[in-house]
Amino acid sequence: MTASSKLGLDFNKVNRARELARDIASDVQKFVEHHTTVSVERTICRLLGIDGVSEAGIPLPNVVVDKIKEKGLLGDGISLYLGNAILETGLSPQEIAEGISRGELDITELPMRNVDSIKAVLEPLVDKSIAIIKSNREKRENLIARLGEGPQPYLYVIVATGNIYEDVVQAQAAARQGADIIAVIRSTGQSLLDYVPYGPTTEGFGGTFATQENFRIMRKALDEVGEEVERYIRLCNYCSGLCMPEIAVMGAFERLDVMLNDALYGILFRDINMQRTMIDQFFSRIINGFVGVIINTGEDNYLTTADAYEAAHTVLASQFINEQLALIAGIPEEQMGLGHAFEMNPEIENGFLFELAQAQLAREIFPEAPLKYMPPTKYMTGNIFRGHIQDALFNVISIWTKQGIQLLGMLTEAIHTPFMSDRYLSIENARYIFNNLRNIGDEIQFKEDGIVHRRANQVLHEATELLEEIKKLGLFGALEKGIFADIKRSRNGGRGLDGVAEKTENYFNLFIPKMLEGEKA
Amino acid sequence: MSGLYSMEKRNFDRTLNLKAVKPYGDTMNDGKVQLSFTLPVKAGPEAVEAAKQLMKKMGLNNAQIVYWKELTPGFTFFVAYGECVHSVDYTAIKVPKITVKKMSMQEIDNFIRENIGRKIIVIGATTGTDAHTVGIDAIMNMKGFAGHYGLERYEMFEAHNLGSQVSNEEFVAKAIELNADALLVSQTVTAKDAHIKNMTELVELLEAEGIRDKVILIAGGARITHELAKELGYDAGFGPGTFAEDVASFIAHELRRRIDKNR
Repeated sequence: MTASSKLGLDFNKVNRARELARDIASDVQKFVEHHTTVSVERTICRLLGIDGVSEAGIPLPNVVVDKIKEKGLLGDGISLYLGNAILETGLSPQEIAEGISRGELDITELPMRNVDSIKAVLEPLVDKSIAIIKSNREKRENLIARLGEGPQPYLYVIVATGNIYEDVVQAQAAARQGADIIAVIRSTGQSLLDYVPYGPTTEGFGGTFATQENFRIMRKALDEVGEEVERYIRLCNYCSGLCMPEIAVMGAFERLDVMLNDALYGILFRDINMQRTMIDQFFSRIINGFVGVIINTGEDNYLTTADAYEAAHTVLASQFINEQLALIAGIPEEQMGLGHAFEMNPEIENGFLFELAQAQLAREIFPEAPLKYMPPTKYMTGNIFRGHIQDALFNVISIWTKQGIQLLGMLTEAIHTPFMSDRYLSIENARYIFNNLRNIGDEIQFKEDGIVHRRANQVLHEATELLEEIKKLGLFGALEKGIFADIKRSRNGGRGLDGVAEKTENYFNLFIPKMLEGEKA
Repeated sequence: MSGLYSMEKRNFDRTLNLKAVKPYGDTMNDGKVQLSFTLPVKAGPEAVEAAKQLMKKMGLNNAQIVYWKELTPGFTFFVAYGECVHSVDYTAIKVPKITVKKMSMQEIDNFIRENIGRKIIVIGATTGTDAHTVGIDAIMNMKGFAGHYGLERYEMFEAHNLGSQVSNEEFVAKAIELNADALLVSQTVTAKDAHIKNMTELVELLEAEGIRDKVILIAGGARITHELAKELGYDAGFGPGTFAEDVASFIAHELRRRIDKNR
């Protein structure tokens, strides 16, 4: 990192903020390390090769994990019982799961072998799935080396038809028009399901269900169009919700490239229990980190409820915390798509300068991170003509401050999910501005102690003070006080707490050390 | 393509006739309409002709396709202009409207003090699978929206914002528990008209519980109109551009009207 700052930032203050965030994150991590969840254990099932649904349509990972949860054995972890069952029955994890679902097998009633032999029998299965995930990472790297990729900021657009096959038509069209990342918006409500739906789906509300089969269908379509346009097209989906690590592992198996991954978002905006989702987030980020996925964090959403001008420092404070939580999970800075947004009221005088200050601030503080920049939504009115200009200003700031991932604004925001033509107009808007202003950031300096300087330093100062306060309260305490997004959440409220258990001394998860180690290698 | 200056003869009546109102470009009754759409065909002269014929069927004469572009093989986007042959009788239009006095927060608080004499209990939520709270927050939260404080800020309202993804059952149970005077239902994501079904279901539940007539039932959201809300059995519907004082004023006056009626 260079010490020079276009904003005249005090990097001692930045370092102080980072230290505070590190303390806040390690405090959370102490809690996380002693707990597991149903979703973490179902993820282990999936990693060990369990897939499919029961006759009643319940995903087999749920069938298996519910079995130990019913008996109050969740804290032992599923690895122990699955490994033991393999030794006792000689069956594969999938066969064991099918046996449980038919009611023929109770893995909690089998005589218990010694733990070392259980770990030994699991070892080759663990290595096998680690190898699959690793090969997906290599495949992505090879494709990018052969096909190339668009320059940053990557153009990120969404498809949201509800029907995966219709999504494919829209996504391929967007790639031909110049999109670099296609995100398949999930059906509204999926984040609150404590299971992952199965198979291809054609009916969703406001989006398409995230299923492994849907991931596969879209991956294939984007690989095809990538060959045609000679550019690697990245696929994005959402880890947030009650199934964070499960979706992360499905994304790892199907070579997704970008994943929304932010427990704070789930806590604040989906009322998911904070203990549950922080534990889920840790494992999901380890998986994302290992497979080379760029995570996207959701700070931008704070500004849809809180005021973007007044609450700008909460975004920065949260980015600091998210950075540290990501580092603990082995995610390098190059994979941290920290979020922020262009959401100030367009009526504010010099609002553009404040937005510019905020974007440049994030750029300088997180120099290697592919920052995820979100478009105006809150003040999009339905006046599509003005909306197109708001999006243009947003694009100017992005190229000026070298953002990493540009979530393209649509002129029809607040009216409908994007038409094919909306996406075309929006991509054309961004490409025009990015090309026309490509090096503006290298050419123009900010006036010393001018509006931009003062604003950036003020936000940094406020963020540091806020981090001091959060450190005193702890992250959970801060969430209880409503520090982020003006929303208060209680430690024991929200959804999913009944899926949390304290780890017993029998507990082990063989994937975490291997994935963290692989990350460093 | 048209030139920069229109040299067309304007052989139509150029006086405004409210019994036959037409779109206005730059001359009264020119009927000019601007639109864009996509046809699922490849670009080319046939595509342009198809767009023109379609516009003719829409009642748009002298169709001009000013821009077209094949978005992806087999889909062509058009920007077009035409002259609308249709007109509407503006004098015959009757739109159901919420007729309430525009009042400030303070005026509303005073009105409630004088006319109702107690706090009005309001609960609000985004119901069903909808997770968007922008609308309900703008009306209810302390901070409000665009300088218009929300109901939580009013001295004479006891406001409970239940947040998003609240089931209709949960919502009704809360209404009974808090003995709510008014219920605010927000609907933002409305794919495939899910909001209609959801809103109807709430009315049915309230009726089943026997409290439909005891509460003032209000819907709000991007695609909500007063007319639609009335049709679905609500007392009022508020669309985009609504602020807390519009809703507050309606509730206060409606409650007063009901109290008078029951006297």
